[in-house]
Amino acid sequence: MLAAVNLNLAPSCWPVLPHVQNFALACERSHLALCFGLCHFSITKLSPKTNMSFTRSFVYSRHKLLNIYSCNLSTSAIKYQNVQQSTAAVKRICIVGAGPAGFYAAQYLLKQLSDCTVDIVEKLPVPFGLVRFGVAPDHPEVKNVINTFTKTAEHPRLRFFGNVTLGEDVSLQELRDRYHAVLLTYGADQDRELQLDNERQAPHVISARKFVAWYNGLPGAEQLQPDLSGRDVTIVGQGNVAVDVARMLLSPIDTLKLTDTTEYALEALARSKVERVHLVGRRGPLQAAFTIKELREMLKLPNVETCWRAADFTGIAEQVDKLQRPRRRLTELMLKSLGEQRKPRAAANGKQFLPIFLRAPKAIAANEMEFSITELQENEAAVATEASERLPADLILRSIGYKSSCADAGINFDPKRGHVCNRQGRVLKPGESDAVEPGLYVAGWLCTGPTGVILTTMNGAFAVAKTICDDIANKAVDTASAKPGFEPGSRRIVNWEGWRRIDQHESEAGKAKGKPREKIVSTEQMLRIAGV
Amino acid sequence: MLVINTIRNSARLTLRNAWLRNSLASRTGPTNFSRTFSLGLTLRQQDVVNVTFVRANGERIKSSGKVGDSLLDVVVNNNVDLDGFGACEGTLTCSTCHLIFKVPDYEKLPDKPGDEELDMLDLAYELTDTSRLGCQITLTKEMDGLEVQVPATINDARAA
Repeated sequence: MLAAVNLNLAPSCWPVLPHVQNFALACERSHLALCFGLCHFSITKLSPKTNMSFTRSFVYSRHKLLNIYSCNLSTSAIKYQNVQQSTAAVKRICIVGAGPAGFYAAQYLLKQLSDCTVDIVEKLPVPFGLVRFGVAPDHPEVKNVINTFTKTAEHPRLRFFGNVTLGEDVSLQELRDRYHAVLLTYGADQDRELQLDNERQAPHVISARKFVAWYNGLPGAEQLQPDLSGRDVTIVGQGNVAVDVARMLLSPIDTLKLTDTTEYALEALARSKVERVHLVGRRGPLQAAFTIKELREMLKLPNVETCWRAADFTGIAEQVDKLQRPRRRLTELMLKSLGEQRKPRAAANGKQFLPIFLRAPKAIAANEMEFSITELQENEAAVATEASERLPADLILRSIGYKSSCADAGINFDPKRGHVCNRQGRVLKPGESDAVEPGLYVAGWLCTGPTGVILTTMNGAFAVAKTICDDIANKAVDTASAKPGFEPGSRRIVNWEGWRRIDQHESEAGKAKGKPREKIVSTEQMLRIAGV
Repeated sequence: MLVINTIRNSARLTLRNAWLRNSLASRTGPTNFSRTFSLGLTLRQQDVVNVTFVRANGERIKSSGKVGDSLLDVVVNNNVDLDGFGACEGTLTCSTCHLIFKVPDYEKLPDKPGDEELDMLDLAYELTDTSRLGCQITLTKEMDGLEVQVPATINDARAA
C-alpha cells in the first residue's frame, strides 16, 4: 500500500519539500480509500494508478493487508509531518552502486534516519548488481532478495538514478558537494590475474568473471564468445564462482533453458563439447574455498561424475575430528564422495568434474596448462616445488578472485589490494595519516574485498550504514547546511519507473519461452524500453 | 487522523467478526450467536502459538503465529523488527533467519535439520549446536511459549 501511495506521488512531488504536506494528505486519503477497499471490497474509489498497485498487493491475505496498513502507513504520514517541520535538517545521502551492499545500506539508513533522503546512483540502466549479473541463473531463490530491495527502492525517500557513471557523468567531488554523505558500493568489476607470461595474449584464457557476465547478460559481455569446442576446461581457483562456472558447463542444457540464462549463452552451451572440467587449487582439501552447498549441488548433478584424487586426501581423514563444524562437514562430504567413487571410466554420455588440489599455475600452452606441485607449510600457505604436472586445457578459466577498480581519481584507492583504503567503512585520506574523509564511506566488496556470501555483505552494509548514522549524530558529518542533491540535467536517466518498464518487458519476453525473464543485454535497448 | 483511526478500528472489528463467523460456520455448522463468540475465542486461542524472540542485548520481542506457520512467517506477518531476516524468503539459500534454541526446546522439535539446512547454518554467525533456520521450524501447539535467541546484529551493538 505504501507502494501505491508512492507510485502515485513520489516521482513528481517528493524531491520538492514544500509538497511533503500534500504527500501526507494524500497518504490520509489513501487510508480512507484503503478502508473502503477492505470493508466493502470496492476499489472503485482509488485512482487508476493506485488501483493497479492495490490489485498487486491484494494477493496478501486481508490479515496481512491490515498489518501492513496499520503498522507502516499510519507512521509514514506522521514521519512526513516531521520531515516537513525540520525542512532545513534533511540529510542527503548518496549511494554509488545499486548492488546488495548499496540496497542494504539504503534500507538501514531509511529506517534509522527519519529525516534523510537517499539517492542511489548506478552505472547501468538496471539495478541489483551481482544479484542480477553474478548469482548463477540456476539459483533463482538467491535472487529473492530483489523483493526486499524493491521495497527499499519504492520508499518515498529514495530516488534511483540508473545510467549514471561515477568518474564520467559525475565526479566524486561533485557528489560530495551535493550530499552530506557519500557511500561508495560499486563493487569489484575486475579480476585478479595469474601473473603468467602469455596470459593476456593466449586466446583460450578468459576470466571466470567475464564468463559469468556473459551467461548473465551484463552489457558488453555478449561479445565474449568462449570457445567451447574442446573437451577439457581447466578452471584455476576453487571458490564458489569457479564452482558456479563448472556447474554451468556441466549442467544438462534442458535445465538451463528454464532459467534466465541469456539466449546466446544457451545456444553456445547447447553446442558445447566440454566433457571434463578440472577445478584446480593451490592448497589442500582442508583449505578448499567452495562452500558445502555448492559442492553438494555438484555431487547431485545428473550425468556428471565427480572424480577426486585419492592422493590429495592423504592424512585428511585423521584430522576431521579436530575441525570446526563447517569445515568438518565440508571435509566429511568430500571424503564420503571419495569413498563412493568408482574407478575412473569413460562413460558414453557422462561428464566429469575433477577437483584437483595442491597445484599452482605455472605456464600456459596451446591445449594444456602446466602446474607446479605445491606443499603446504605450517601456516597453510602453499609453496611450489620443482615438480610439475600438465593438465589438458582447451579452455582456461581464471577464477582466483575479483578486485575493484578506481572509478574516480578522487578516491583513495589501494591498487595492490584492489579496494578503497578505509577504516571500518570510513574512507581514509590519502597519505600516511590515519585521518578520515568526513562524509565519505565505502561498503561491500569495494570495502572488504570480494569475499563472503550475501549475509556477509548485508551485515557489512548495515554496519557501515550505522557508522554513517553515528557520525551524523556526533556531528562528525556536517549536516547544518542544505545540500541540493543530484541534478540529472539532460542526461538519459533511468529512474525506478523506467526500471519497472524494463522489468516488465523482460518478464513478458521470458514467459513466452518458459523462462523467468529474458534479459535485455543492450544498454541502448534498455534505455529505449525505459523511455529515455 | 482521528477519523482514520476510527474507520480503521471499525474495519478491524468487522473483519474479526466476519472471520469468527466464517471459521465457526466451517467447523461446527450453524449455532446461536452468543455461543459463537465465546467458542470462537476458544478456538482462536488454541490455534495461536506465542513466541518470544530474545535479542542478544536481552530485549524481548513477544509475537505469535498460528499452528502451521513457520518462525519466518511469524517474523514477516507481525513485522517483527529484525533487519534482513529471511532474505531468501524461506528457500534455504541464505542463513539470515538463524535462531538459537534452548537445549530442551531444540530436542523437542519434531523434525531434525536436513543436510541442506545444516549446509546453510554452517555459513551463519554464532553457530551453536542448537541453531536452526527459522524458515524450517513449523509451529505446533506444543511450542506455545517458545523462546528463541536471535544472534547478535548490528543494532544490538548500538543498544548494548
